[in-house]
Amino acid sequence: MDIVITICSGFLLLVGSFLCISGGIGLLRFPDFYTRMHAVGVTDTLGAGMILVGLMILSTDLLVFAKLVMVLLLTLLIGPTTSHVLAKAAFHNGLLPKDSNNLSQAKEKENTSSIL
Amino acid sequence: MIDIVLLTLLVVIAIAIIRMKDLFAAVMLAGIYGLLSASFFVAMDAVDVAFTEAAVGAGISTLLMLVVITMTGSKEKPTRHKPFSALFVVIITGGLLIYGTLDMPYFGSADAPIHNHTSPRYIKDSMQEIGIPNIVTSVLASYRAFDTFGEVVVIFTAGIGVLTLLSVARSKENDDKIEAINDSMHQQHLVIRIISKMLIPFIFLFALYVQFHGDFGPGGGFQAGVIFASAIILYTMLFGLSTARKVINQTFVQIIAALGVLLYGSVGIVSLMNGGNFLDYNVLSSNPITGQHLGILLIEWGVGCTVASVMVVIFFNFAGRRAFQQHKKKLQDKESSAC
Repeated sequence: MDIVITICSGFLLLVGSFLCISGGIGLLRFPDFYTRMHAVGVTDTLGAGMILVGLMILSTDLLVFAKLVMVLLLTLLIGPTTSHVLAKAAFHNGLLPKDSNNLSQAKEKENTSSIL
Repeated sequence: MIDIVLLTLLVVIAIAIIRMKDLFAAVMLAGIYGLLSASFFVAMDAVDVAFTEAAVGAGISTLLMLVVITMTGSKEKPTRHKPFSALFVVIITGGLLIYGTLDMPYFGSADAPIHNHTSPRYIKDSMQEIGIPNIVTSVLASYRAFDTFGEVVVIFTAGIGVLTLLSVARSKENDDKIEAINDSMHQQHLVIRIISKMLIPFIFLFALYVQFHGDFGPGGGFQAGVIFASAIILYTMLFGLSTARKVINQTFVQIIAALGVLLYGSVGIVSLMNGGNFLDYNVLSSNPITGQHLGILLIEWGVGCTVASVMVVIFFNFAGRRAFQQHKKKLQDKESSAC
């Protein structure tokens, strides 16, 4: 039983750490605001969440477990909400995704061709 | 190691704030600066201070500055002259201040006067004299109660100052208009409103925990008051000022701010009446330890009330001034378009 717990928590911790690191790399390397925010969102929610679940499996104390559950609930509530608000504010203030330039041009072409 | 990283980041952010021309970015950086200082305090084991810094430095003061920026515009004025004389004065003052610190004992040296008789006394005897595990609270609320009283009065005075300078008499009729705008915005901010509605009760609960658990763990009146106020400010930001004013009566909040200071002072008066010194809690009850507990609980409660309500009053007045200005601008626009 012990070995199952250790392997499970180790796996979760590893995947969580990998997601956090990849989120950090994504923040630096992705081309525009929205994709970067997507990377950070992954770090916030899935990475931190998996690490917390891994720690929960490891914890023997009920108090520690309860505290971790609370932190997990908090991150699950707040992480996606902040990403949502940020993206919404950016879009509201007229920041378009990088490739949408081509998109809108393509749309315009379609419109003009249909008119013609 | 973590100290060095945090300090380097602090210096980098401070320089960035000075160089930044865009005030909005500067305010955001100031918020990050507050958060970093909070983590620095945690690393130095000063969790009580970190609480306050995280809530005030990163939260409320950033918000207040943002509100001000929406009123004044977010670009720095270009400086035409090079302020060399000011730089000269600053360098001389700074040099004198550094020269003044040379007499002080070296940072962290073990034979500084404070480590010889004050700190050991607090660490050794506070458990018998005060009977609460958190030494910070016993120093703040019992040994140094008079200083803390001064701090509370300072906060109260700040609230009065903001009220005097910024309070706007609001008219009833434009409340309905603002409400109409609020209803139309209800669709816009749906997600964040629902989430914050879920979170606000827990923030209040946490504030109360910090308030009443201050004797045993990190926390106390200042921290609790700030957390309490930040929940109310979050509500105000998301649901509009007029809605928040309907929920929380501003006059009532002002009275609470005064009552907090009054409660603190009255504890001192009661201990005078019972034959002790001002704010000497030993005489509050037949058992000195119980007296100390009672006194600390009461004055922390007073501090919490005053801090929370002063923060709320300051935010309400800043935001109210902004709404007033926008309303006036709208009227002017209408007049000019009519012409």
